[in-house]
Amino acid sequence: MQQVNWVALSIFVALFGFISWLGFAAARWRKGDLDQLHEWGLGGRRFGTLITWFLVGGDIYTAYTFIAIPALAFGAGAVAFFAVPYTIMVYPLLFLAFRRLWHACHKHGYITAGDFVRGRFGNRWLALAVTVTGIVATMPYIALQLVGIQVVIGALGISGTGLAADLPLFIAFVVLAAFTYSSGLRAPASIAIVKDILIYVTAITAIIVIPLQLGGFAKIFAAIPPQKLLLAVPGSNTTGSYSGYATLALGSALALFLYPHSLTGVLSASSGHAIRRNAAMLPSYSFMLGLLALFGFFVIAAGVDKLPEYAGGFKQFGNNFAVPALLLHSFPSWFVGVAFAAIGIGALVPAAIMSIAAANLYTRNIHREFINKNPTDKQESQIAKTVSLVVKVGALVFILFVPTQYAVQLQLLGGIWIIQTLPPVMLGAYTRWFNSWALLIGWAVGTYAGTAMAVSTKLTTTFPLHVGAYTFPGYTAVYTLILNLVVATVLTPLFNAVGPRRAPIDETAAADYHA
Amino acid sequence: MNGAPRTQGGLSWWHLLFLIEFAVVLWPPLYNKVEPTLLGIPFFYWFQLLWVFVSAAFTAIIYFATSD
Repeated sequence: MQQVNWVALSIFVALFGFISWLGFAAARWRKGDLDQLHEWGLGGRRFGTLITWFLVGGDIYTAYTFIAIPALAFGAGAVAFFAVPYTIMVYPLLFLAFRRLWHACHKHGYITAGDFVRGRFGNRWLALAVTVTGIVATMPYIALQLVGIQVVIGALGISGTGLAADLPLFIAFVVLAAFTYSSGLRAPASIAIVKDILIYVTAITAIIVIPLQLGGFAKIFAAIPPQKLLLAVPGSNTTGSYSGYATLALGSALALFLYPHSLTGVLSASSGHAIRRNAAMLPSYSFMLGLLALFGFFVIAAGVDKLPEYAGGFKQFGNNFAVPALLLHSFPSWFVGVAFAAIGIGALVPAAIMSIAAANLYTRNIHREFINKNPTDKQESQIAKTVSLVVKVGALVFILFVPTQYAVQLQLLGGIWIIQTLPPVMLGAYTRWFNSWALLIGWAVGTYAGTAMAVSTKLTTTFPLHVGAYTFPGYTAVYTLILNLVVATVLTPLFNAVGPRRAPIDETAAADYHA
Repeated sequence: MNGAPRTQGGLSWWHLLFLIEFAVVLWPPLYNKVEPTLLGIPFFYWFQLLWVFVSAAFTAIIYFATSD
């Protein structure tokens, strides 16, 4: 491992100190009564177009993304660029479906997807399925954010043995937990502004400076082995890497806004217009993510992975060390401090929002539904604050005591699980046609099949679907979502025929779904 | 600006732009090639990055054309 980089470390600590102060001060920003859950857990739904841009951008383009996508490009090549079509397709969905959802949730005071499904379909068990899926899919995602912090702390040269090695992560975590507890969603919203500015400064500087250092893009791409430069052209009788790439992008896009933390960001917006405008403005982050994916190729072209001073980092963190190593190699220490702070703070913002989202879900759709049906506002927000702490302790324990690989695999499964909530949530924003029990069985079948398929492919993303002599490799989440939809569609008329004759309960009216 | 006929879900013909966008990015054979390069960047990479801008422009067009 390299020496401690004191200049970078000082800047890193200073920026961390600043955002910690900001996180606590945020409690007084657009002041509301934090003893109410929608104030603590949704920032009072007061965020306009610009703050929503920072918040949702800071929320879904996470530190782990900035580490893992370039790491994938470094390791596997062109396939990492699926992040670009993925984030292209996400915004039409936000523009159309989630804007409708926002209107319905705003009108009825819903805070979570579980609230919406409960109100729309009047089935607490379906709402419970959506809730549990959301919480379970979020947990490993929080853990991976902590991995992002771990990697940059390691890259700053801080190492130790036993508990001392984990001390910096522990401190970062305590700060995160404390300001989330006291300020709620206002904390990550205000910190997101700082984080996004730092990330943009880092990315834009790096995308200009590093290619100049390496002699231009032509030279960089010439250094990339041909098998990494493009997707492998499929042989006969298979759609090969093409269907793998396209379904991975589509499935990821369909899943993204179903995650509780993304939905929390969307629901905290002050108007449907703010959401629609953001669907046009958020692609600026997608562009940056595409540029960042190219960093993986810069690593190959610069040969950073071959340098002895970074061998220890690559040994400890694997390909996730590629971006930190590239930054250390290419920039003076002070800028490395800024860039690492951007990644570290970039982990805190989504981690805070994820824990808030999970806490909202537990409070509204488990505690209030099954344990204490009539909590006071104060009790409700107190439960959520406490659960946000529990969720973070869980993530920390996971990261400290369980190999990182498990968090990565669980997060992969989380994508397959969360997409199973698409029929009641996203389609539910359009139609009440489905029978709620049919949706619940569709969910169960999709979740079970997705898990089994993922296990059978040794926890990789793509499943080789054999039809006759043909093979269609595709993202497991997409295949199992189709299965889920088929089951729900077939069972709906059956259940309606044999079920009770009374009209289904729907709290929402057609007019609630638009302005 | 509300010239296009509306269907039940608040959809208009302008939303076909989204379909075009999905069809293009979901068809890798279209862009899985090196040539033509732009500033030394293979087609595969700059074409998809370009579509980030195209998609944002589509969304903006639809926003103004269907604002309610």
